[in-house]
Amino acid sequence: MKQAIKGILVPIQDSVRDLLPIIVVIAFFQYAVLQQPIPNLGEILTGTLLVILGLTLFIRGLEIGLFPIGEAMAYGFARKGSLAWLVIFAFALGFGTTIAEPALIAVAAEAADVAAVGGMIENQTDSRQSYALGLRITVALSVGIAIVVGVIRIVKGWPIHYLIITGYVGVVVMTGFAPKEIIGIAYDSGGVTTSTVTVPLVTALGVGLASSIKGRNPMIDGFGLIAFASLTPMIFVMVYGMVV
Amino acid sequence: MQLTRDIFFTLLLTLRDIIPILAILLGFQLLVLKRPIPNLRRTIIGFVYVLLGLGLFLVGLEKALFPLGKLMARQLTDPEFIQHGLDSVSGILQWQDYMWVYLFAAAIGFATTVAEPSLIAVAIKAQAVSGGAISTWGLRLAVAIGVAIGISLGTFRIVTGTPLHYYIIAGYIIIIFQTMFAPRLIIALAYDSGGVTTSTVTVPLVTALGLGLASTVPGRSALIDGFGLIAFASLFPMITVMGYAQIVQWRERKSASHQRKEIPRDEN
Repeated sequence: MKQAIKGILVPIQDSVRDLLPIIVVIAFFQYAVLQQPIPNLGEILTGTLLVILGLTLFIRGLEIGLFPIGEAMAYGFARKGSLAWLVIFAFALGFGTTIAEPALIAVAAEAADVAAVGGMIENQTDSRQSYALGLRITVALSVGIAIVVGVIRIVKGWPIHYLIITGYVGVVVMTGFAPKEIIGIAYDSGGVTTSTVTVPLVTALGVGLASSIKGRNPMIDGFGLIAFASLTPMIFVMVYGMVV
Repeated sequence: MQLTRDIFFTLLLTLRDIIPILAILLGFQLLVLKRPIPNLRRTIIGFVYVLLGLGLFLVGLEKALFPLGKLMARQLTDPEFIQHGLDSVSGILQWQDYMWVYLFAAAIGFATTVAEPSLIAVAIKAQAVSGGAISTWGLRLAVAIGVAIGISLGTFRIVTGTPLHYYIIAGYIIIIFQTMFAPRLIIALAYDSGGVTTSTVTVPLVTALGLGLASTVPGRSALIDGFGLIAFASLFPMITVMGYAQIVQWRERKSASHQRKEIPRDEN
């Protein structure tokens, strides 16, 4: 019984500790700097409780659901030994998790507004929508390709920094050519593609692959998939901005 | 009543986001790898936890953090607040007048990063893989400091109106130099930490701050200058995480060379 209570209380304590900085920052700025009371205090307290409960459940689910399945599949692919299937899986995972990502949908819609105001496309609902959809497909493709490159890199054991630095050079070169209006959105799109469910899965996949392939170090080779997934969208979005 | 409805709809939306991922996982596991799901019951419970957890987390954020955070971002960037307490007769705001904004940007960037679930996930993995050499808190603090510096500098950029790509390219050059000197073990993790910081908690608040600032600072356009804060938030954690590893390595080397010096003295 004592064990069970401890099993629930400790993770909740962790979540409270994780959220404490936000509460402190908001309270300080509201009371000390803006010198205003907090509106709807009751609703805000309920919301905070939900956040704490949600974070606790999510972390638990991560440990017993997302991490094990990601690793099990990495071992499965390593044992099967077929690079082709691994590549197809990597692409499906990258493309499939990105195309429906809510943050990306929001950014794509904003990008379409910018493009319309900047005169790159006609300022009509139709052309804005097709521009936004095209952008989403572009970003999803780029994340799919990123995970594929990242997975091949783990299998072959290529050092990550050559690939990343090449990517940076790509970003810098494209910045010189892309329309000025698209640059801010392109840079931001790198950060928004990797969602809360994708990150643990992809991390578990990379670490699992690196630990089941002989000669790979999970620390050196296992991480890095997210880095690729945040880099390629920047290049692809700038290309999209130039072509469309 | 309203609350239960909100929770229900958010859960449906979360389910819609998770289903494609689940379909890909199941399809490949059962059809390509032709293996049963290990610990099926436990895994299902895990996914239910993820779904419930993420749903409640999002409803809570919408109820508590986002309205308040966005309101504060608006109030702090309001020219009336910024002019308050200034004795400048000219009425023209200088970049120094936005000190509270930079401070708020740094504080909120730090605080939201500490609470970011995907960063917690990567930190748990990093601690497990490194055998405890990289602590979850060490990594999370290094990333959070990076985001704080990044967002703060990003708001400064919006206020001054300097081009975004100068900062980003300068950041890249620093990262390339650090890559040459940082311990090899940290490099991939440092690169990853750039992408994971900007997620569920950070993006909405930071976007609100950027758009609020760009629409109130004279001469800025919300559409063009409002973007770019996320890019700052993904760039600087790479620098601070590699920096953290470099400091740890440097201190270890220093103490190691001290020990070496002490040994011969003992022999004499």
